[in-house]
Amino acid sequence: MPDVIVIGAGVVGAACAYYAARAGLDVTVLDRGPVAGGTTGAGEGNVLVSDKEPGPELELALLSNRLWRELAAHGGFEFEAKGGLVVAETGEVRERLVELAAAQGVEHAVVGGPELRDYEPHLADGLAGGVFYPQDAQVQPMLAAAHLIRHGRESFGRSALELRTGVTVTGFLRDGDRLSGVRTDAGDILAGAVVNAAGTWGGEIAAMAGVHLPVLPRRGFILVTEPLRRPLIRHKVYTAAYVTNVASDSAGLETSAVVEGTPAGPVLIGASRERVGFDRTPSIPVLGRLAAQATALFPVLREVRVIRTYCGFRPYCPDHLPVIGEDPRLPGLYHACGHEGAGIGLAPATGHLLAQRLGGERTDLDLKPFRPDRFPEGETA
Amino acid sequence: MTCYDLAVIGGGPAGVAGALTAAQAGLRVALLDGGARLGGQYFRHPPASLQASDPGAFHHGLDRFLRQGAALADRADLLLGHQVWTVERVASGAAEAAPFRVHALRDDRPVVVAARRLLVATGAHDRPLPFPGWDLPGVLTAGGAQALLKGNLVVAGRRVVVSGTGPFLLPVAAGLASAGARVLGVYEANGGLGLARHPLLALGKAGEAAGYGLALARRRVPYRTRQAVVAAHGGDELTHVTVAELDRDWHVRATRTVECDTLAVGYGFTPQLELLTQLGCDTAHDLDGSPVVTVDAAQRTSVPGVWAAGEPTGVGGAVLAEVEGRIAGLAIARSRGGNAPAPSPGAGVGGAGLGRGAGVLVRRRARLRGFARALLEAYPVRDGWRSWLADDTLVCRCEEVPLSAVREARELGATDARSVKLLSRAGMGWCQGRMCGYAVACLAGEQPQQPRRPIAQPITLGALQKSAPPDFPDPSALKHDERISDDKSR
Amino acid sequence: MKVGARPFEITVDGRPVPVLPGQTLGAALHAAGIRSWRTTRFGGRPRGLFCGIGVCFDCLITVNGRAEQRACLVEAAPGDEVTTS
Repeated sequence: MPDVIVIGAGVVGAACAYYAARAGLDVTVLDRGPVAGGTTGAGEGNVLVSDKEPGPELELALLSNRLWRELAAHGGFEFEAKGGLVVAETGEVRERLVELAAAQGVEHAVVGGPELRDYEPHLADGLAGGVFYPQDAQVQPMLAAAHLIRHGRESFGRSALELRTGVTVTGFLRDGDRLSGVRTDAGDILAGAVVNAAGTWGGEIAAMAGVHLPVLPRRGFILVTEPLRRPLIRHKVYTAAYVTNVASDSAGLETSAVVEGTPAGPVLIGASRERVGFDRTPSIPVLGRLAAQATALFPVLREVRVIRTYCGFRPYCPDHLPVIGEDPRLPGLYHACGHEGAGIGLAPATGHLLAQRLGGERTDLDLKPFRPDRFPEGETA
Repeated sequence: MTCYDLAVIGGGPAGVAGALTAAQAGLRVALLDGGARLGGQYFRHPPASLQASDPGAFHHGLDRFLRQGAALADRADLLLGHQVWTVERVASGAAEAAPFRVHALRDDRPVVVAARRLLVATGAHDRPLPFPGWDLPGVLTAGGAQALLKGNLVVAGRRVVVSGTGPFLLPVAAGLASAGARVLGVYEANGGLGLARHPLLALGKAGEAAGYGLALARRRVPYRTRQAVVAAHGGDELTHVTVAELDRDWHVRATRTVECDTLAVGYGFTPQLELLTQLGCDTAHDLDGSPVVTVDAAQRTSVPGVWAAGEPTGVGGAVLAEVEGRIAGLAIARSRGGNAPAPSPGAGVGGAGLGRGAGVLVRRRARLRGFARALLEAYPVRDGWRSWLADDTLVCRCEEVPLSAVREARELGATDARSVKLLSRAGMGWCQGRMCGYAVACLAGEQPQQPRRPIAQPITLGALQKSAPPDFPDPSALKHDERISDDKSR
Repeated sequence: MKVGARPFEITVDGRPVPVLPGQTLGAALHAAGIRSWRTTRFGGRPRGLFCGIGVCFDCLITVNGRAEQRACLVEAAPGDEVTTS
């Protein structure tokens, strides 16, 4: 019988499993599909500090950024310490960016309009400048999740970290008022603790356990271009709206430009946010807008072809903060989900902190802002 | 934007028959095809500029097809050179509104066609199997060798080997041989008696097969069954192949070398479904596991207003495609009163619902579909092909992903084709899995899944941004302070 | 079969190659014995025609400075300049 069951083999579940195994616990990861079969499989791979508001999420992001660099030493998931350039179209926007950077207290460089081309030679004319964040980085999300699990197995023992794909959780088992395991379509599994790392489906899993967790989907599209023969874009490049859209509550369409190259050659272009449930129907207007934003930043991209587009569903909570930690409403139940477009970046810190809680230790960061029972009963996102 | 009663996508036998039938019934029709001429694959023919003495030499019925095309050109708008990259269903309230927008590219410039109804007749493409050396120049698909010959009057090589499975190998080899290539052998991986198990159906086609067989015999082209090319060799170009004797499951029993400069391989076809799946049409698996779109007796898909005909409903050849196209055209002409929800696939329509003469078509369709099924049963792909692969054999040509990387992906926790793709890059390249999709599905242990391709043809970012509707706010026109909302509710 | 049309010329890396009117670039090159005109980005392996109908994207060619054209789909025109990579 494992000490911990982790529901979800995405990047957050993988990180929870890795750090729990490292802490000496026996972990079983369950997923109804394959590794990275959910939102992780649609992620861009952002490991950012630049877009985080000062406060708990920024603290989480800084810890996570440090942990990603430690994990990157194992290799296998294309970690690139490429840095991020937030670009301002007007002087007014640039001032606000500079204010935000000062408030964040994160390593950064203010970039004047004429200096932008030192960072990105192909940027459009007439931009007012920006802020460069050297700590922003990139990973390949699916490889990251898969390799985290493998590293865990290789480092801490195969019996310490077991992965069972194609297993669907259908219910929870109780012993008195404590959780004692899960019911699955492959039989019952007992465990001392269960971690809900089911991402956009975290609310459904919580409901199965009888607790309210308002996690809802926020759809995003990504455009993927042809593989470029020679790289055009050196860093992650975003417009200031990316930072503000993340925080937005708008139910309608929010878009901002995010453009970067990849080691394999294609350029990735985002980002859109919509609350349309789990609708996968491609939206031509949204794709058109993403294209327009990208070419406004990099006119050279006008002749570059898009060969693929896909969408993913970011899991978000009403206050745009994730849920991390034990659920006081049900002893034995823990949550690690609701990271809304920042899951990849925040995964290692989430896993590390959760492992500390599983071991009954004090956590390196205060988990109060992330507690699962902070939402008024009946509140929906 | 002109609004058509019907937009037909695909100018092969199904599309032309459907468009012509509907146009003759008085509908306003547009037909879009990415090629410079009508024909699709089967009726691919040389351009008039070549001044070929006998353009119909390579296929039956080209003259008749070209006459249909000319009749169609008189009655409908032919949009050739238009590559359709997506089809949109837009919400519409008004009775006259056109619910479908067909987005195409002509010389990389966006063109949009609005229509009340759609007929998707996008045909199929070769379904190759990977094997060592298949990425060498000089290795072509059987369809590729045919396209060179039929469309360009180019013989694919001087010393040619044809290999694979299925009746398509015969016309490919016969065409090459008649055009002067030295065809060193036709190697059919399955046993050759399949058709004989269906004597009634074989009656219809045995004549045609016999014709090809005679052409090959006359030129002393060996036709061998239970043999196949299992490896291709050469430095920068093909120089020789390994031909193997196979057991029933396609495992290798003995091998020999054949020197050649060209190899044409054919292992069946994959229907092109992406426009249909974009629209949300239901699909099913054909006998060989290929995803196909489900249609009812009137060729209606599960999406109101969308019909499909030809290979997308199940690979069955040009004659069946034309019959299905005509049935669809009749049904579309009769549907003018509005798009009634589609009855469940299989719901009987008989001939009565489609007017006089339709009964003949419906019976012909049934017979031809029966024959197509028999062919699928007689020429399956058998699992043993996987034993031909070495660790470094490329599975994905575009991203150069070897078998070892696919295995590694599985070991990392990829349990389906999609996660194999995400972890190995197989299927992420230019062709988006069209060439390797079948093989990756087999290696992932599942049936090939329907495509999820919102972008069916590469489109420049410049053209894509022009595809957003004109009244959609242009981000660069937004005032900057409008874009930074103060709505930070934390 | 007889062909009445007279060939014209295109150049491939400066060398003349005959083309019959209406043929695609891919067909003309293949007929002239030029079986590959690009190399793959990881392995540097040569590629030319494979599927011949525009779905495999192996035959991508640079003609008159425009890159990534499918050679099997593009009709050749007199004076076209192809550069291999």
